[in-house]
Amino acid sequence: MAVVPRIWCSFSKGVFHNNQFFTKSSNLKSFHTSLSVFSEKLFTAKHEWVQVDGKIGTVGISDYAQEALGDVVYAQLPDVGTVVKQKDECGALESVKAASEIYSPLSGKVVEKNVAVEETPSLINSSCYDKGWLFKLELTNETELSELMKEDKYKEFLKTEESH
Amino acid sequence: MAMYSTKFLLIQCAKNNLQRCFSSQKGQVTSLYEFHIKNGGKMVNFGGYQLPVQYSDQSIVNSHIFTRKNASIFDVSHMLQTEIKGKHSIEYFETLCTADIKGLEENSSVLTVFTNENGGILDDLIVTKINEEFLYVVSNAAMKQQDQEIMSRGLNSFQKRVNSASDIRIQFFHTLERTLIALQGPKASTALQSITDLDLSKLYFMKTAVGSVANVQNCRISRCGYTGEDGFEISIPAERSENVVQTLLENSDVKLAGLGARDSLRLEAGLCLYGSDINGETTPVDAALTWLVAKKRRETKDFPGADKIVQQIKEGSKIKRVGITSSTGPPPRHGTIILSEDGQEIGEITSGCPSPTLEINVAMGYVPAKSSKVGTKVGLKIRGKQYNGIITKMPFVKSNYYNKVN
Repeated sequence: MAVVPRIWCSFSKGVFHNNQFFTKSSNLKSFHTSLSVFSEKLFTAKHEWVQVDGKIGTVGISDYAQEALGDVVYAQLPDVGTVVKQKDECGALESVKAASEIYSPLSGKVVEKNVAVEETPSLINSSCYDKGWLFKLELTNETELSELMKEDKYKEFLKTEESH
Repeated sequence: MAMYSTKFLLIQCAKNNLQRCFSSQKGQVTSLYEFHIKNGGKMVNFGGYQLPVQYSDQSIVNSHIFTRKNASIFDVSHMLQTEIKGKHSIEYFETLCTADIKGLEENSSVLTVFTNENGGILDDLIVTKINEEFLYVVSNAAMKQQDQEIMSRGLNSFQKRVNSASDIRIQFFHTLERTLIALQGPKASTALQSITDLDLSKLYFMKTAVGSVANVQNCRISRCGYTGEDGFEISIPAERSENVVQTLLENSDVKLAGLGARDSLRLEAGLCLYGSDINGETTPVDAALTWLVAKKRRETKDFPGADKIVQQIKEGSKIKRVGITSSTGPPPRHGTIILSEDGQEIGEITSGCPSPTLEINVAMGYVPAKSSKVGTKVGLKIRGKQYNGIITKMPFVKSNYYNKVN
């Protein structure tokens, strides 16, 4: 997805008269947008996404990841001020069946974490691309962005054995 | 009962990342494979078998809660079903395990363990005495090869000693020959009663009978399970298994459930998973399973490792399996270090998860016997941080078995 859906919702309803895309958690699958006012979501091979706005990158996990993980019951997010390198382990999500580490998609300093997700981890399942974001990074190396996958490439990646 | 096994793929991925958790390499299928797919089963390779971890209609948490309130069907056909027939079958089988099968009533089952010479547990299994010359055994899928060897070799050496035992026959059923399903939950008996000719009100916990289910003849119904709830395990001729499951599902109190709910249900019930909570290094005494070593067998001392186990029963073991709960922080999982109140490492968690019923974390693990008292405070080290836990009596959720009221 290439937009922040929260903004997108209010902006788009008038255009499409159809909000089914925005109530589904799987809007990634059914929808591709080319509005470029906001930057695209980029994906890692470990199923995190990041969306960059200026120097700030917002990080979450993909719909595929939330569905595979199941009901998230505990979110351990990096504290504000933590400095992370790309691919560093920086937190974890726990569901009934498993614990999964979160890896930072980019290098930077954590400037905000989603306290709402710590209190209500199920937001990750119900809204992985919007209310279920995990933390925000102030990026220190934007060249790393080239290592990440755009949505269509990530969707192709999901079809490969490597992703599982 | 504590019957399905292997290192639980999904729990074991604790150290892995999102990418590696969802391995789905092909494995063997059960007779219900197509049925699972058709019903939205999310298939995973579990100990070499393609089985559903959950179904698309329910999350694991909802499936878990549904089972505790209604009834769920689990495909457990991956487990090894074995029949042993012939004179001296009981005497032979007692050379391998710790149960008093001689003293068991006919058509009764008992949980027991195969042991090694050091008293370690090689597998846990349910043995059912159908009559004096007929045993039915259900053991873990992941230990299939080992268990077949234990039973075959054991028979060879028994027959060398006892000439008149030459007509004992072992039949190992292939997964695709006999389907095994578990129907578990407080509404299981009502649901099953409406489609079977057997009187379930007389079939108590750990009893077995053969009858028809959904007009499929020759189904063996055993009143046992792995969830702590009332329920049944039903062994069905594989070619008719879909009929049985489909008919059960016509009842709105019954849904399909996968391995995910099965694991959290058995944990709440305090039941062991072989390979995680017990293994060849742990004795029944270490594992707080001394009750599986029958009084009579402690006297006869004629099972593998008997001397060591009996000595341990007398003197106590160094370590003990305990239940641990925590009400804050992430759930402790397999491998989580257990700390004493003053911060010393004293043991390790063997399995754990957030409890959907209690909404706290439940786990089991091993600690020194002297620190194993219920109520003892412990620390749990998870990803470098320390959280508070407390040693808690198991089962965490009260079991609900159908026992005869005296």
